[in-house]
Amino acid sequence: MDLLGINPVLLIASLMVSATPILLAAIGETVVEKSGVLNLGVEGMMIVGAVVGFITAVNTENPAIGFVTAAIAGALLSTIFATLVLYLKSNQVATGLGLTLVGLGISALLGKPYEGIKSPTLQSLDIPILSDIPIFGRMLFSHDAMVYVSILIVGLVWYTLKYTRVGLVLRAVGENHDAAHALGYKVIRIRFLAIMFGGACSGLGGAYISLVRVPQWTEGMTAGAGWIALAIVVFASWKPWRTLIGAYLFGGITVLQLNLQAAGVAIPVEYLSMSPFLITIAVLVIISARGNQGAPASLGRPFHASN
Amino acid sequence: MKLKSILTSAIAAVALGTAAIAADIKVGFVYVGPVGDGGWTYEHDQGRKAVVEAFGDRVETIYQESVPEGADSERVMTQMALQGADLIFTTSFGYMDPTINVAKKFPNVKFEHATGYKRADNVSTYSARFYEGRAVQGHIAGKMTKTNKIGYIGSFPIPEVIRGINSAYIHAKKVNPDVEFNIVWAYTWFDPAKEADAANALIEQGCDVVLQHTDSTAPQAAAEKAGNVITFGQASDMAEFGPLPRVSSIIDDWGPYYVARTQAVLDGTWTSMDTWDGIGPGMVKIGEISSAVPADIKAEAEALRDALGSGEYHAFTGPLNKQDGTPWLAAGETADDGTLAGMNFYVEGLTGTIPQ
Repeated sequence: MDLLGINPVLLIASLMVSATPILLAAIGETVVEKSGVLNLGVEGMMIVGAVVGFITAVNTENPAIGFVTAAIAGALLSTIFATLVLYLKSNQVATGLGLTLVGLGISALLGKPYEGIKSPTLQSLDIPILSDIPIFGRMLFSHDAMVYVSILIVGLVWYTLKYTRVGLVLRAVGENHDAAHALGYKVIRIRFLAIMFGGACSGLGGAYISLVRVPQWTEGMTAGAGWIALAIVVFASWKPWRTLIGAYLFGGITVLQLNLQAAGVAIPVEYLSMSPFLITIAVLVIISARGNQGAPASLGRPFHASN
Repeated sequence: MKLKSILTSAIAAVALGTAAIAADIKVGFVYVGPVGDGGWTYEHDQGRKAVVEAFGDRVETIYQESVPEGADSERVMTQMALQGADLIFTTSFGYMDPTINVAKKFPNVKFEHATGYKRADNVSTYSARFYEGRAVQGHIAGKMTKTNKIGYIGSFPIPEVIRGINSAYIHAKKVNPDVEFNIVWAYTWFDPAKEADAANALIEQGCDVVLQHTDSTAPQAAAEKAGNVITFGQASDMAEFGPLPRVSSIIDDWGPYYVARTQAVLDGTWTSMDTWDGIGPGMVKIGEISSAVPADIKAEAEALRDALGSGEYHAFTGPLNKQDGTPWLAAGETADDGTLAGMNFYVEGLTGTIPQ
């Protein structure tokens, strides 16, 4: 059952783990962008989630509480962004970048006393019956709860955006905020909540890195995962299930190239490492050639009720 | 008017304040990772703190963390030089050309570049003979492995890292002829998630010893989670992961060197030179070998450490062949520093090729 000396069961199992943080952050950002706001502060919210989740998990010895507080922390941090962008009409790109810097700074400060401490980590669930299935049990059904939660969130976002009134209103706000406003929808309030949802998801993603994937706190430990999440949103052309594919592809390539190296396969890893980004560019070219970029029409544009 | 006068007096107060605490010299440090990485940059910052402690108010230190290697680092160094730094330590291999470039523009500023090989009238280089520590690790790894597969997380394929791999392999092979090395290049000095993934990939391939040449403690955490895997602290002791998985470590001790070089600038005796110190002068230390290592292996490792320190044994002693089988060192011959400094080949027995 080995290909090139790599066990595909273990490979898929570890790519799911490695993709979960970027999946969570990307699905949150998808909702934010669907509402017409571009929040480039994903990295900052992730790392604050990572440090807050770690601190509470260590102090309560309960990783579940760590995840909950990480989501709250990410959402709280995103309210700074939301207030600046929605009420004070600051530039979204600059504010988002600022949020990343703030997040990196705060997390370094908060995390200082927690360096080198071990955290309680989530146990894998080993779902009864399903996890006993040969091959697939180990591959798909022996993960920790957060892996399934992340997939569940993707499903919920997809369903909500596509089939519910709330989703329709959110999309309307993102496509044309003036029309949505004229129809009486609370553009600012809807965007504020969407930004908070994005913050909470980013916080969860960050906490997954510090509580499960590594598991420890190190300053700057997200190391660019937030930017990859932003790329995935574009790669997925703002569609929830494609986000899942994108995250597993990006996460999978990293794990695959490390495994290929460990197995001593002579493939130039540089090509493998750059491939997800090449695919992103290709996807962008294809969707823009089709004349429909897939991006919400009001993305990044400030809204004021008087216009 | 009132605001203006307040501002003027504030500026005057700041100017006075700075004048009162003006240090004799300013020393800058450029770091590749955050000071809290628990490894490489952490130890450089300990060195900076040693300078602060030794000179107090006479020396002002400034530093910048997480500076990317390449063009961006030139900007940081230029900024430090413009701020009046007299001595700047650039602490990663990738700062080599930027350091030389900036040094040309500021002939009165002294630069010290870690782990490189390009010098100028105002640029010194310094490094530690980490490969001596790798020899001790290789010995312990070769003795302790049960699967005979040893994983090695490399950062970038540069001489410093290749030297470490060769040294560890030679000494592992010496005590365990069946040993194999699986080498993974992470292409980063610091990315905890990726380092953890690399460690997991190696562990899944059956490696029960993981050596790392990256800066964070993430591989230690991954090994601990996996269980039955041993690791070694890199650049810093990483004692919090002992007694298992971390069984020993290489500790870089930059403090004495930084203090000596700062003193040289204060005295006006600073000259461009190349420093490459190992276990003997104390720039490389071997962290406590933990209780997880049997006493006899521990004693052998300590004997090896002492022999390397006293200079009676060199980590690269022939007979040694290069990977392609061509002879490199004859029996009893030891490697010269020039070859070691530019090492770009594996020794015989290692598999895989060095990425170019």
